[in-house]
Amino acid sequence: MPVVLETVNLEKHFGGIAAVAGVSLKVEKGARHALIGPNGAGKTTVINLLTGVLRPSAGRIVLEGEDITSLEAYRRVRRGLARTFQINQLFLDLTPLETVGLAISERMGLGGQWWRHVGTNSTVVAELVEILERFHLTDVMYARTGNLPYGKQRLLEIALAIACRPQVLLLDEPAAGVPEEERHEILATVAALPAHVTVLLIEHDMDIVFSFADRISVLVNGALFVDGPPEEVARDPRVKAVYLGESLDG
Amino acid sequence: MLTILFDGVAYGMLLFVLACGLSVTLGLMNFVNLAHGSFAMAGGYITLVLVNRAGVPFFAGLPIAFIATALIGVLFERTLYVHVYGKSHLDQVLFTIGLVFMSVAAVDYVMGSQQVFIEIPSVLQGRFEFFGVGIGRYRLLIIVLCGLLTVGLQLILSGTRFGSRLRASVDDARVARGLGINVNAVFTLTFAFGSGLAGLGGALGAEILGLDPTFPLKYMVYFLIVVTVGGTSSITGPFVASLLIGIADVAGKYYVPKFGAFVIYTIMIIVLILRPQGLFARATGK
Amino acid sequence: MPSSLVEQVSKHLAARARWKPLEYAFWLAAVASVFLLPGRHLILTEIAWLALFALSLDLILGYAGIISLGHAAFFGLGSYTAALLAKHGIISEPVLALIVSGLAAAVLGFGTSFLVLRGSDLTRLMVTLGVALIMREIANQIPEITGGADGLQGVIVGPILGIFQFDIFGHVSYLYCLAVLFVLFLLARRIVYSPFGLSLRAVKGNSLRASSIGISVNARLVAIYTFAAFYAGVAGALLAQTTSFASLDVFSFERSADLLLVLIIGGTGYLYGGLIGAVIFKLMQDWIANLTPQYWQFWIGLVLVLIVLVGRERISLLTGGVRALAERVTRRFTPGATPPPYAPPLAGKGSEQLPGEGR
Repeated sequence: MPVVLETVNLEKHFGGIAAVAGVSLKVEKGARHALIGPNGAGKTTVINLLTGVLRPSAGRIVLEGEDITSLEAYRRVRRGLARTFQINQLFLDLTPLETVGLAISERMGLGGQWWRHVGTNSTVVAELVEILERFHLTDVMYARTGNLPYGKQRLLEIALAIACRPQVLLLDEPAAGVPEEERHEILATVAALPAHVTVLLIEHDMDIVFSFADRISVLVNGALFVDGPPEEVARDPRVKAVYLGESLDG
Repeated sequence: MLTILFDGVAYGMLLFVLACGLSVTLGLMNFVNLAHGSFAMAGGYITLVLVNRAGVPFFAGLPIAFIATALIGVLFERTLYVHVYGKSHLDQVLFTIGLVFMSVAAVDYVMGSQQVFIEIPSVLQGRFEFFGVGIGRYRLLIIVLCGLLTVGLQLILSGTRFGSRLRASVDDARVARGLGINVNAVFTLTFAFGSGLAGLGGALGAEILGLDPTFPLKYMVYFLIVVTVGGTSSITGPFVASLLIGIADVAGKYYVPKFGAFVIYTIMIIVLILRPQGLFARATGK
Repeated sequence: MPSSLVEQVSKHLAARARWKPLEYAFWLAAVASVFLLPGRHLILTEIAWLALFALSLDLILGYAGIISLGHAAFFGLGSYTAALLAKHGIISEPVLALIVSGLAAAVLGFGTSFLVLRGSDLTRLMVTLGVALIMREIANQIPEITGGADGLQGVIVGPILGIFQFDIFGHVSYLYCLAVLFVLFLLARRIVYSPFGLSLRAVKGNSLRASSIGISVNARLVAIYTFAAFYAGVAGALLAQTTSFASLDVFSFERSADLLLVLIIGGTGYLYGGLIGAVIFKLMQDWIANLTPQYWQFWIGLVLVLIVLVGRERISLLTGGVRALAERVTRRFTPGATPPPYAPPLAGKGSEQLPGEGR
């Protein structure tokens, strides 16, 4: 499969510390690619670099053949790269209806429209309803986001990224902080993502990683340690050593 | 030209003493206290009453101004400010603007609206020549006094336990509490000290800056500029910023009188464009 | 069934944008005041342009989350522009002069907008304050043009549209200001309910996420800031035209501070806050000034302190029974507070905050 997203010797220094050091990651189209590593390994930093929240100290980022290293964050979204955040980043005073609707109309280039009321575009509304239904948010769609239970917020977090119709979706620990009863809904949603969407997943839970991923990259101290299919990574003794005490038998 | 420099330095050091309390309050409690100038004004008027009307010697009036204003600071902090700490910056701004309006009107009512002058002892009046540089005696006093204060502050901050507690609390209040530091007490003491310094600055500054009920409004901008340009995470930041602003303002008004006032505003805006966190803030700036 | 849900959502969104009964009531009352309160037209005129000024601040503060301590910069520029246009006979027709003054303010807004894009709330406060002070100083330093501290004398304003001459009772002034306010309000309402307006609320709520869904945050902020500057300039022009005068205090800090109070009294983020606040503020000011003409600033300060201590949300509900009703009717949970800081938000949002935390 062709490579849809790659980094070339990506580096990020904070002061004297290299949070990300010479990472060359290749993500193939349609892949279910997991990025794992111990705490502080730099996984979220990589996501922040990929999405443009942080500027790299060195290296390049290439999305579908285009060098996006100096592209602003919002432009990368328009090029088809979307993400979710490890800790929900939502519009607490907006409703799920408004939130997802906003993402859709932005994507369709209607964001700058000031003369039509929200909701007059039937295409937007149709897609909006479809996404809300898919993510089981219709029962809370009129409620203020800040008042929603965490599980619903997490679903909205993912729905919001999906509403951008990304070619590449970066999921930062989608099930993080979600109560046990609601985790399966999140995971089922992630598993049901369209096949043509490439997914790069950061995850700590090895069960999720091994049930979901077809490729795993291991990040340790900001550098790519091991990169390969799950069976290979699971067998690698160095990975076991890094994850002291953790069982990798998926 | 050296005289200008000298005057500018005096002005700058005065600004520093006035503004450093604001800087610490902002850095420590993340609290925007636009009413800081009101404390300065209070110190000025207290000294005025003591020296001009009660016959207290000027040099005694200064420390009294410091203590009195510090006490007022404690009073206000415990009764009013404490309720506003957790609120948004906008709320803090509104609250302290309200206090400024009240203080300005109150002082106008009690003391009248005209500019007042504290009687300074004759030993401080006039200038003398020193290698061709005109040295104003009063300004010399300011430089010496404020210089000592600055050194003292730096020593307290780096050499004493209170200083360590203060720096810890500024750095991370939650962690500091976890370490058993009574952060609230640190706040109150610091606020009182900063207000006291402001009061002292107000008393010292009456001669140079002019003292009238609109003082807090007139000089609010200067204090804010010092704090934004100098950042809030050190003493040296606001110190250097104050000197820069003092010299720039004095020189500006002398060499280009028509545009003198713009100099500092322009400096402020340029600094804020280039470094929104201030010139001296830490890279991890809050 | 899916199709009926789509219909339901469409209806819901359409209903949101529709005019509410209370809105009709408000404007009917405004029109009624023209006929029922002829003796009060002078103060009503002041309320009208103040309402427009507050509306312009609501657009950037309530909807985009930009705190400004120097909105008077645009107000003042509009004021002086209108006064100078009239004085020197460059444009004697008021409506045309109004538009030009608004545009002048918009240019200033656009030019200074980049200053409020970056930095914290404190930075924005400083920068906006600085700009207003610079404008005031500029006006102060060119007295040959602006009249300096004495103000600009000899401003003669022509008849509106060539027909309606201003009178000393304020009848024409009030109708003029009210009409301008209404037209600009309609435009603002349109914008606020549009996708653009929604994106502003998103930017205010979480600018990081806004950019993460493809919104060009800076471009939106520049747009609304410029637009709000236009409105503020028009309000200033209305002041100049209805009083035939312009002075340095149009740029003053007190004006910007009072404006914040006006908007806070009425509540931010629902467009009517500035209008309601203007009514309450002017009536309050009038009442207090009659009691203590010299020290009314003290009471204004006290009101500010009390409002913050009691809590802005609670005040809004108290003074805005209208607002509470409006909220229930529109089913919007309109925030009165400023945007949450970018810090890991706690689901469920505790309000316990100790000093030093929570930026």
